[in-house]
Amino acid sequence: MSSSRGLNLTLKIWRQPGPNARGEFRTYEMKNISPDMSFLEMLDVLNEQLIQTKEEPVAFDHDCREGICGMCSLMINGQAHGPDRATTTCQLHMRRFSDGDTIVIEPWRASAFPVIRDLATDRAAFDRIITAGGYVSVNTGNAQDANCLPVGRDRQEKSMAAAACIGCGACVAACKNASAMLFVSAKVSQLALLPQGEPERARRVTRMVAQMDKEGFGGCTNTYECEAACPAEVSVSNIARLNREYLRAVVVSEEGV
Amino acid sequence: MAESHATTTQGSSRLQSNAPTGDITTGWDRHKFDLKLVNPSNKRKFNIIVVGTGLAGASAAASLAELGYNVKSFCFQDSPRRAHSIAAQGGVNAAKNYCNDGDSVWRLFYDTVKGGDFRARESNVYRLASVSTNIIDQCVAQGVPFQRDYGGLLANRSFGGAQVSRTFYARGQTGQQLLLGAYSALMRQVDLGKVKLFARREMLDLIKVDDVARGIVVRNLVTGEFESHTGDAVLLATGGYGNVFYLSTNAKGCNVTASWRCHKRGAFFANPCFTQIHPTCIPVSGDHQSKLTLMSESLRNDGRVWVPKNPNDSRAANEVPDDDRDYFLERRYAAFGNLVPRDVASRAAKKACDEGFGVGETKLAVYLDFRDTIKRDGAAVVKGKYGNLFQMYAKITGEDPYSTPMRIYPAVHYTMGGLWVDYNLQTTIPGLYCLGEANFSDHGANRLGASALMQGLADGYFVIPYTIGHHLATSKLPKIADDHPEVRGAVEAAKARVTKLLGIQGSRSVESFHRALGKIMWEKCGMARNEVGLKYAEQEIATLRHEFWNNVRVMGTGEAFNQNLEHAGRVADFLEFGELLVHDALTREESCGGHFREEHQTEESEAKRNDADFCHAAAWEYAGGHDSFTGDKEQLHKEPLEFENVHLTTRSYRE
Repeated sequence: MSSSRGLNLTLKIWRQPGPNARGEFRTYEMKNISPDMSFLEMLDVLNEQLIQTKEEPVAFDHDCREGICGMCSLMINGQAHGPDRATTTCQLHMRRFSDGDTIVIEPWRASAFPVIRDLATDRAAFDRIITAGGYVSVNTGNAQDANCLPVGRDRQEKSMAAAACIGCGACVAACKNASAMLFVSAKVSQLALLPQGEPERARRVTRMVAQMDKEGFGGCTNTYECEAACPAEVSVSNIARLNREYLRAVVVSEEGV
Repeated sequence: MAESHATTTQGSSRLQSNAPTGDITTGWDRHKFDLKLVNPSNKRKFNIIVVGTGLAGASAAASLAELGYNVKSFCFQDSPRRAHSIAAQGGVNAAKNYCNDGDSVWRLFYDTVKGGDFRARESNVYRLASVSTNIIDQCVAQGVPFQRDYGGLLANRSFGGAQVSRTFYARGQTGQQLLLGAYSALMRQVDLGKVKLFARREMLDLIKVDDVARGIVVRNLVTGEFESHTGDAVLLATGGYGNVFYLSTNAKGCNVTASWRCHKRGAFFANPCFTQIHPTCIPVSGDHQSKLTLMSESLRNDGRVWVPKNPNDSRAANEVPDDDRDYFLERRYAAFGNLVPRDVASRAAKKACDEGFGVGETKLAVYLDFRDTIKRDGAAVVKGKYGNLFQMYAKITGEDPYSTPMRIYPAVHYTMGGLWVDYNLQTTIPGLYCLGEANFSDHGANRLGASALMQGLADGYFVIPYTIGHHLATSKLPKIADDHPEVRGAVEAAKARVTKLLGIQGSRSVESFHRALGKIMWEKCGMARNEVGLKYAEQEIATLRHEFWNNVRVMGTGEAFNQNLEHAGRVADFLEFGELLVHDALTREESCGGHFREEHQTEESEAKRNDADFCHAAAWEYAGGHDSFTGDKEQLHKEPLEFENVHLTTRSYRE
């Protein structure tokens, strides 16, 4: 906790006034940045400076600023959510950088996530994938007592580990193919591991994969960049499970898909 | 403004709670039977607008669509899954008594009424406790991966303000898992064509026709276009107003705008001064701070709160022997120890710091120490229970809580006040309903831990689906044309406001106004309040608001994605609402729950209620102009609160 050591930094930030406008990198000098600041607080400081000089502030998505809502993004020096493992941009702190550093900041890079403005992108494709089947069909009031169906602790833990996905899109942004396999596999795994997900298991996986393909995400070539970038530490073993689930659905399932 | 608020109405006829009388245990069943129903084939003829997609909004939208209504769902975030319910960590309460430790619906009801310091409506709280068990069933059926024991059955933990273990949890991410469950139910209805989703839309006004809520005006935050949406009922599930303090544990986007716009259209705002300061948050580290991060209350199950007995003790925490430590919660509250309710724990921490015993660079922190638990259970067990919280703490502070005690300090977290609603969750505007944190009804003056998730989901899954039918079945609701004068008027008013904000072109940033407002609120209307400070705050806020409208600099245009403009609109509303909050605090001359008036305390520095004069909900009616704000046009109405089942007593957590 040293707050005396201010950082001087050079930021190169992607500026793009609108979805169809031409973008460019612009350079900003930052002086005396506290190492205790979060990365987004550093951008807040930049935006206050820009407003003072009547330049439009940099647009970037963020909301909870505690690493759980999944709204923040940013490629920081080419890495989704920056250099720290298992950390969203909003939880990244400036003590991770050194005086004199140049930091390149870009929006998520994927054609399925078009830029809205500057660093903000449109990730509605993820919502559409969930809409295609990322749920259990149970109406309110249908439920039986919560303890009727025991779930082994190991299964529950695995299901929870997959359910931890925050839907930020870092997996797509980090992948050279812009594949959404880690995201899709997280939801498919969470529900495939639970008895509640069983009745719709085949339908769910086939519909979600079809929607994923339709949105223009690329295929998976097992480079595991997604896992390395994932702030919720969702494991690539879920992708293996997704592949098994898909195979099971199209080859052996008796459920109409 | 203070003097002209004198007009008050005791037991105002405008405040019909419509709560059932008689035996409280059968009240909700009897009430449901008395409500008119809409037959299944007629439900598809009704259109319902739901604003907000947190636990209350998403669960309501999904459940109403399942019943057959046509639903439009709105949120300002890029996806409904981002709503701030997602950040709730610790758990959700339910009176399942799976632990066989003596829990019951009655006990949850009792704990909640007492925890709220006798300022909630008994009938609502009983209903909340009784549907709590259905919530767990519903969530499990959706595939929410709650923590389980080796036998495969659900696990529980304990939380503040209760002596039983009734809290269900999913690691430290319970809110996330419950929200994703409600979100999945919502998206299923999108798939089925019963819900139409409108993300990145901000509600800017309410459309009323013949005094009935019939629609909303929103701004499309991507294109800047104004849209009007009409329907047969409007549900607000837009969360709390904690960001009026600038620094809070809320998400940056949380705001009071939707509620406030409705208030200015006639919805009464109840108990705005009831704000919850959460005891265990990571302390402020500097002027750059943009938000505060909560460390879950569940940590108080295993962490012990202390400060050094000697205020000048300069030793590292681990070098201070037990004899030189003051475990002040355990010392003062023998029965509940570290698990006293939030308001009590927060005030105790503040008292320790005010008296000079605070720790860390700023001296505005106390220790939350896991040393003894780690010694007893091992670091692996602690990691299993709280791993993600410890990791979050380490990321933010750069310190390792496994080897050094956490430093914590209270922070604004939740707001018990909100739009006044009756037992049906209807506001004083017919057809306008309010759910979840945005309403005022269930938590009184202090909310117990793990009860916010319970209330949001109770309102959305198990209350509104029954109560809304009565309005639809008994009201005349002619179709509203898009060019209806009330629709056009509301759209024009919203447009004019945006144009005005962009036209000021002053020299001071929106952010700077927001921070200045927050400073006034926190210093004069935070954990401790007094008459002099509150009167000062009222004037300061009015002055700041005047400066805002003359000197704010909002960048960019209204026809584009413009986050600076979004923030400006929200701060403008906070600058009006903040004044009402302060005024409510000034008017309530007692201490109760999170509202602590320094003039009203016991010799042991505990809150001293005044049941003779203040056993009521204070509901404020705005009768001033819609385009500006005049504080003295706020008129107070009182809903008397009666306690027939949990008798009014002084709350004690000592024995």
